[in-house]
Amino acid sequence: MTKYALSHLQQLENESIHIIREVAAEFERPVMLYSIGKDSGVMLRLAQKAFAPAPIPFKILHVNTTWKFREMIEFRNRMVKELDLDFEEWINPEGVRDNINPFEHGTQRYTHVMKTEGLKQALNAGKFDAAFGGARRDEEKSRAKERVFSFRDRFHQWDPKNQRPELWNLFNCRVNKGESIRVFPLSNWTELDVWLYIHQENLPVVPLYFAKERPVVQRGSAWIMVDDERLPLEAGEKPQMRMVRFRTLGCYPLTGAIDSTADTLPKVIEEMLRSRDSERQGRVIDYDESGSMEQKKREGYF
Amino acid sequence: MSYASQIDELGIEAYLAKYGRREMLRLLTCGSVDDGKSTLIGRLLYDSQQVHDDVLAAVRKASDRFGTTGDEVDLALLTDGLQAEREQGITIDVAYRYFATDRRKFIIADTPGHVQYTRNMATGASTCDLAIILIDARYGVLEQTRRHSFICSLLGIQHFVIAVNKMDLVDWSEQRFQEIRDAYGEVAARLQVRDIHFIPMSALKGDNVVARSEKMPWFQGSPLLDHLETVHVASDRNLVDLRFPVQHVLRPNLNFRGYAGTLASGVIRVGDTIAVVPSGKQSKIKSIETFEGPIQEAFASMSVVLTLTDEVDVSRGDMLVAPNNAPPLSNSVEAMVVWFDGEGLQPGKQYLIKHATSQTAAIVTDVRYRINVGTLHREPAANLQMNDVGRVHIECARPIAADAYDKNRTTGSFILIDRLSNATVAAGMVLERKLAEDTTKRQRSSADAGSHVRLQKKRKVTPEARKAQLNQEPFVLWITGLPRAGKSSLAYALELALFEQKHQVHVLDGEILRTGINRDLGFSGADRWENQRRAAELAKLNLSFGVSTIIALVSPIRFERQQAREIVGNEHFIHVFCDAPLEVCEARDEDGLYARARAGQIANVTGIDAPYERPTSPDIVLDTVKDSAEANLAKVLAFLRERNLLR
Repeated sequence: MTKYALSHLQQLENESIHIIREVAAEFERPVMLYSIGKDSGVMLRLAQKAFAPAPIPFKILHVNTTWKFREMIEFRNRMVKELDLDFEEWINPEGVRDNINPFEHGTQRYTHVMKTEGLKQALNAGKFDAAFGGARRDEEKSRAKERVFSFRDRFHQWDPKNQRPELWNLFNCRVNKGESIRVFPLSNWTELDVWLYIHQENLPVVPLYFAKERPVVQRGSAWIMVDDERLPLEAGEKPQMRMVRFRTLGCYPLTGAIDSTADTLPKVIEEMLRSRDSERQGRVIDYDESGSMEQKKREGYF
Repeated sequence: MSYASQIDELGIEAYLAKYGRREMLRLLTCGSVDDGKSTLIGRLLYDSQQVHDDVLAAVRKASDRFGTTGDEVDLALLTDGLQAEREQGITIDVAYRYFATDRRKFIIADTPGHVQYTRNMATGASTCDLAIILIDARYGVLEQTRRHSFICSLLGIQHFVIAVNKMDLVDWSEQRFQEIRDAYGEVAARLQVRDIHFIPMSALKGDNVVARSEKMPWFQGSPLLDHLETVHVASDRNLVDLRFPVQHVLRPNLNFRGYAGTLASGVIRVGDTIAVVPSGKQSKIKSIETFEGPIQEAFASMSVVLTLTDEVDVSRGDMLVAPNNAPPLSNSVEAMVVWFDGEGLQPGKQYLIKHATSQTAAIVTDVRYRINVGTLHREPAANLQMNDVGRVHIECARPIAADAYDKNRTTGSFILIDRLSNATVAAGMVLERKLAEDTTKRQRSSADAGSHVRLQKKRKVTPEARKAQLNQEPFVLWITGLPRAGKSSLAYALELALFEQKHQVHVLDGEILRTGINRDLGFSGADRWENQRRAAELAKLNLSFGVSTIIALVSPIRFERQQAREIVGNEHFIHVFCDAPLEVCEARDEDGLYARARAGQIANVTGIDAPYERPTSPDIVLDTVKDSAEANLAKVLAFLRERNLLR
């Protein structure tokens, strides 16, 4: 490459840093949503880079559904400590009171209460006017036209007809009281970019992304991991040890593992390059109904 | 499969090292579904192996149901997100799609091609290096071709690919291709585009998209993907003019003060001398900080943190530039704008302008003309409606340091924001100043940042020295309030009291201003604003003479008072609010101003048919109804003493 040229990863990195700084400069109470996954990890590193040598000037928030993999929570706690983050966890207290879970209440209601409602509660409680999320446009078709700055009304609702045009790197940061913006600094990154960046930066990720013998049961076409005793086993269902890994992380009863022997980062990337399946296939949540992402976003989901 | 063979050849580690260093190219596709645009994008994704099996299976299924391509997979359905949305009545918008080859990562901004989508195309084009303009070989150059080409050129895209598609339907005819090529020459002649490339293709059959066509041996050029992978865009960037808009000031502790931002253009090195726009102050780069540690040099599009060797005042919205290469600094901007909002442009209405990292109030004072994007002709226009493109003159509350858009895409662009709805109503591209002034009736004088630098050098008697000689600390007292609220009487009483204490002071009120320096101004919103701006500038001059100024003006608009504060300088500005209800002021109506306004004989009278925005945090509030004139005078004098402005 010629002098004074940036690689595509450097370019993406610089653009994302610009976005993160713009939010820190213009909003009163920004917050960064941290979901513990690989995208969140990249976003967190970008936030560190945006303000170094100063610390990250906003809170890092995790909306916990109580059904995350145990290794995710361990990893989260480690990151909070190592990076000395201003961290907060939110769990929907009503969901806990009513013992909302994916088995008795169905994935839709469970996701709505523990994720969407929990998120809205946390944002209201913190009076946050901007919330960073790690979503990418290549994840899903309905995200392809999502803005970097996604405007939400007082009820956190996304109105696809009422989104602001975005030109150059000039972002309109104005909101009235109670309104907010969801900001997606990784909009232009693809799954491959994220992995290449993790490789380049030597970023730590949750070990679940790497293949290992894990106790799983087969549900439909997916391998579901028996992460703790709360997973109800059907009659005759017996966990078996199997070499698997996860392409995407979420709530363990809703996240399918894939057969894999990729136990290092280069092997994971190689497997992905050679694979012919898209990333969200492992996610039960998007397959509930067609257009489900669109619907969830309207309700206030990321 | 290219990935696999490359990995086999290099091994994964070497492959990753190579792959991580690819370049990025952003491109825009213009055309309607009928031109085969979706098919073209689908073909690019499919033939470059970016379509996953589960997605392809879904498309196969859909092809059986809705497809128009017989047994073949309908590739247009790969991008059908948009079609589904259209059925749901959702605004059709810019969709971004991603694919990569071993050489480059590509971001496609996919915009619909119909008349009403000018704004979407402008949005998509704003970040792109290259545009693919689709022409149906059967129909040739149409009005939409001109429209697409114009918008891409307007937004500064330097590389065009004219994709003459559906060649299969014209028997792969070289002659037809040549005709279209010649016809497009007439369009190209009116645009400023450096590089235009014509490719005959059939997206449906895959000819000249990824693989070279066997049907058109007469075509010697590269297929589309080859061209996208190799077109040279690196030299499009401006590495000459240093422009660093300060985005955020970092102060983690007392020993560190860093300026975070992204270089809009140019190169900066440790030790370089820089000037701050607009203040004109100079300093040197002490260090360039990044997360990985300090570096010696940074260039365009890098996000870094700069520290300076001196403690100069720099804040968000300022720009660091090279002292001998500063952008023009001016309150007036001549620009092309694309109007986005359902509510049309209203000349005279206040908007916010966001330019680089700065934001200020702005009024569009003139619409010079509208461009018919179909014929490319100029048409006279009084305003602009949604999807209109036109040339306007804008007056900003604070001067902005803008380059011409064709020199600098970052410092030459801006958006306009509605102050109430917060909607982004327009996007603008700044025109070359010389060009702008040549065609402007009233030539507007303008200063560049360099003139501040030069002034500081020339000046032998400094304001500080004058202050010392007069032995006084000058200030500007700005009195606002409704007409007849008691501003002028307070101003003159105060002038006398100060004069008796040997403090050099002068009053400026509407009468003094309008009979002299401002006699060219009327009472329209823009003229009243200008009246106040000049008053503030005069007060600033007085300050540099060491003399205080008392200004008594209705000054009804909050941001205009803020502008006056900024012109004068925050530390010298004292804001006094004469508070009296409208009924009382109207009762005091000695010269019949309110009466004439009520009778409809005069317009734009504050309190009647023009708004008064009450100050939110004035330095002094005076109740001119309950309290006597003497008491109010004493209150102001006490305030001045408290601030050590009076002996």
